[in-house]
Amino acid sequence: MSDNYGSKRLVVGAHYGLRDWLSQRVTAVVMAVYTVLLVVQLLFGGKLGYERWSAIFSQQWMRFATFVVIASLAVHAWVGARDIWMDYVKSVGLRLALQVLTIVWLVGCAGWAVQVLWRL
Amino acid sequence: MAKNTKPRPGENMRLIEALQYKLPPAGWVSILHRVSGALMLLFLPLLVWLLDVSLGGEVSYERFSNAFVAGIGFVPAFLLKLVVLALIWSYLHHFIAGVRHLWMDVSHTFTAHTGRITALATLGVSGVLTVVLGAKLFGWY
Repeated sequence: MSDNYGSKRLVVGAHYGLRDWLSQRVTAVVMAVYTVLLVVQLLFGGKLGYERWSAIFSQQWMRFATFVVIASLAVHAWVGARDIWMDYVKSVGLRLALQVLTIVWLVGCAGWAVQVLWRL
Repeated sequence: MAKNTKPRPGENMRLIEALQYKLPPAGWVSILHRVSGALMLLFLPLLVWLLDVSLGGEVSYERFSNAFVAGIGFVPAFLLKLVVLALIWSYLHHFIAGVRHLWMDVSHTFTAHTGRITALATLGVSGVLTVVLGAKLFGWY
């Protein structure tokens, strides 16, 4: 940044606030649209059993959409969990540990869900 | 309230004081948005596991359905259904409160009145839908 000196020098914040705020909202919209698409498929089409349930997720466009949702959920939940840790956990060491645990938790679950999706 | 628990100016409320604080409906929506998100994060592996067993073939699907009837492993069916019910409420509340949030972000037309009405609607609609889906989950219809 060329004007980041003198009286204009940025001295506070990591400046990821807006990016995180926006990504949480964009991912929310993605997941909300997906929810509607899934609910519509569940409500119409007769009795729900294994046949119909697995058929929904074996459509290529649904795998595409579900994969996008898995990624969105990981980003969305990361921003949310980080907000919670920042608000309530004052100890820097404990907060870092919880943040690392959150990332491990989310990445692990996302990997597992992706495997479920493409095993079919 | 004991004298020494009273917050001095600029000091944060203690948890016990926060719990005694009377929240307006929008405040309830806000804190429950956080609680429901945390619940879903905590039980995320359960949700992926449910997706896993339900999509793992006919036999696996039977195991999935049976978990809600006869339980699975050390978890009785009742407990599983109770957790799933909590997750159903969490999803509904988080979804509706989230849509309200996005609406507030883009419209800038919220007043104290519409904020209150939509907060009550959020709590009401998510509650009613939870009862409807919960009754289905517990096999009442």
